[in-house]
Amino acid sequence: MLELLATRYAYVVFIVLLSVGLYMVIASQNLVKKVIGVNLFQTAIFLFFVAAAYIEGGSAPVVPKDPAGPTAVLVSPLPHVIVLTAIVVGIALTAVGLALIIRIYTEYGTLREDVLREVRADD
Amino acid sequence: MIEQLPVLLIVTPILAATLSLLLGVRYGRAGWSIAALTTTALFGLAVWLATSVFSGGTIVYEVGNFPRPIGIELVADRLSALVVVLVAGVSAGVLAYTRRGGPRGTSFYSAYLLLVGGLLGLSLTGDVFNMFVFLEITGLTTYALIAKGESGESAVAALKYLIIGTVGASLYLIGVGFLFLATGTLNMVDLAASIPAAEGGYANPLVLAAFAFVFVGFAIKIALFPLHTWQPDAYQRAPDGVTALISALVSTVSAYALFRVIYSVFTIEFLVATPHVTEVIVAFGSVSVLAGTALAVIQTEIKRTLAYSSVSQFGLVVLAYGLANETALLGGLVHLLGHAIMKGGLFLAFGVVAAKTGARTVDEYAGLARRAPFAAGTFAVLGLALVGVPPSIGFVGKWYIAVGAVEAGIWPVAVVVFLSTMLTLAYVARLIEKMYFTPPTGDVHAAERAVAADGGAENDAEATTRNPVSAGMLGAAVFAALLVVALGFSGSVFDSLLGPFVKVVLNG
Repeated sequence: MLELLATRYAYVVFIVLLSVGLYMVIASQNLVKKVIGVNLFQTAIFLFFVAAAYIEGGSAPVVPKDPAGPTAVLVSPLPHVIVLTAIVVGIALTAVGLALIIRIYTEYGTLREDVLREVRADD
Repeated sequence: MIEQLPVLLIVTPILAATLSLLLGVRYGRAGWSIAALTTTALFGLAVWLATSVFSGGTIVYEVGNFPRPIGIELVADRLSALVVVLVAGVSAGVLAYTRRGGPRGTSFYSAYLLLVGGLLGLSLTGDVFNMFVFLEITGLTTYALIAKGESGESAVAALKYLIIGTVGASLYLIGVGFLFLATGTLNMVDLAASIPAAEGGYANPLVLAAFAFVFVGFAIKIALFPLHTWQPDAYQRAPDGVTALISALVSTVSAYALFRVIYSVFTIEFLVATPHVTEVIVAFGSVSVLAGTALAVIQTEIKRTLAYSSVSQFGLVVLAYGLANETALLGGLVHLLGHAIMKGGLFLAFGVVAAKTGARTVDEYAGLARRAPFAAGTFAVLGLALVGVPPSIGFVGKWYIAVGAVEAGIWPVAVVVFLSTMLTLAYVARLIEKMYFTPPTGDVHAAERAVAADGGAENDAEATTRNPVSAGMLGAAVFAALLVVALGFSGSVFDSLLGPFVKVVLNG
């Protein structure tokens, strides 16, 4: 168990971040914090992809100058590309989420979910 | 040219979306024309694609001419061609509604076209990671469109959907990550071949976990029972035209994507090797069917009733996926496509009624048949189709699913289908009774708005001042109702179109 924690710490961090993010989404009453929670949730997944692609001593996948030279251990570029795309998607989502929060704030004057529920129930 | 069709179908709406924004700066009213032109062109392309797929077989487009393991593929087979025709057709029809039914503005048409592009991409992609990207494009534009509603409520509903939907899509991405770790590929065809070759084959915990993540992720997007909570709010608070579009397409294409992942990536052998998985899918679907209809019956807001009804109808579709025999799968796919037309049409008819009389709840529908005969008739026809009264597409799908359940030897599922039909009848019959047999209550507000006659046959200038319902709005709804009945006679057509596809899916 200890060995697992020591060698696979990236995956452990992934699970922890994922759980913290999900907890924030569910438990936090503040709408902005909920969006931060979603971000954390996504960041955990990015970490997971990057950790999966990591190879001890691996180098960037660039074609070497000397084709007959020693074949180095290369890191798979695909997960990194996936993470880049997913980060862009995540930014777009955050932007839309924050825009919606601004709209909610101008409409109801609060960022808290419990207050929002009361205000809406009164209408 | 034909090989380029899949990529054209995705690129055209996305380019048109930016064009709509750019031209909108100069010409404020260019949005609708651009959107109408684009969706009509897309419908033409989609039909062309479908005819060439049905006559010449699957079309594969390799993006950038990179072959399969390295490059990205767009694949149009029989099922995706039908879904593409559905997406293009419904988006063109709903656009005819929004001409007067609103919402309007260049930003709206831009988001509309982006949504269509995302949905078409989701239907055509042959790569599980690109499926995530298109899923998010679809999601993002849907959140934006829902927030187009006038009240702050729509923003709240959109934010709720955004948070839940993002978690769903992220769960799907984790599943994709697991699959990538197990096999080292993202292409669907490659995955189907390399999952059994992976260490441990189908019993590999990584593969099983991947399936669980992907299934739950899609269950959120499709809105199956315990994960449906975003949907009633989103449908109720969105503008009427937007509700029609998203109810017809967004969950439908997600359910199609789930089918793709189950049967094209994990394949039938995975389901055979792990019988518990199919049991869970069937149970999930059955609970969704019963809970969805039960919740629909107790609603007073018609939009919420229809939203909960979607929960139950998609339960039926997913349940059919789990039954995994030819009849049930055919039924599930027919019901998937048919439900899109029925539910979209119902929301269009609802929008027409709301624009004309302001009626939005069951009680306000009293005596509607006299105030808005065409809209009420459309509503009744589509409602009965949703129940599954023959001849309608709703009957064909449900019948195949029920027969499939009996064939699979799972009798309780057939009972579930029957029960849900009865409960659906309960809420539809209540509405029909209100519309046709209850005298209108003395609602002054509704009466004063109902001055104009139904139909919209009078000339345009007069209509804009008096009648809030345009011919396009009513026409789109009536067309959906006619289509639903016409398709009811075409069970054998679906059999010949999708039958071979289902056979290939089931027998490898």
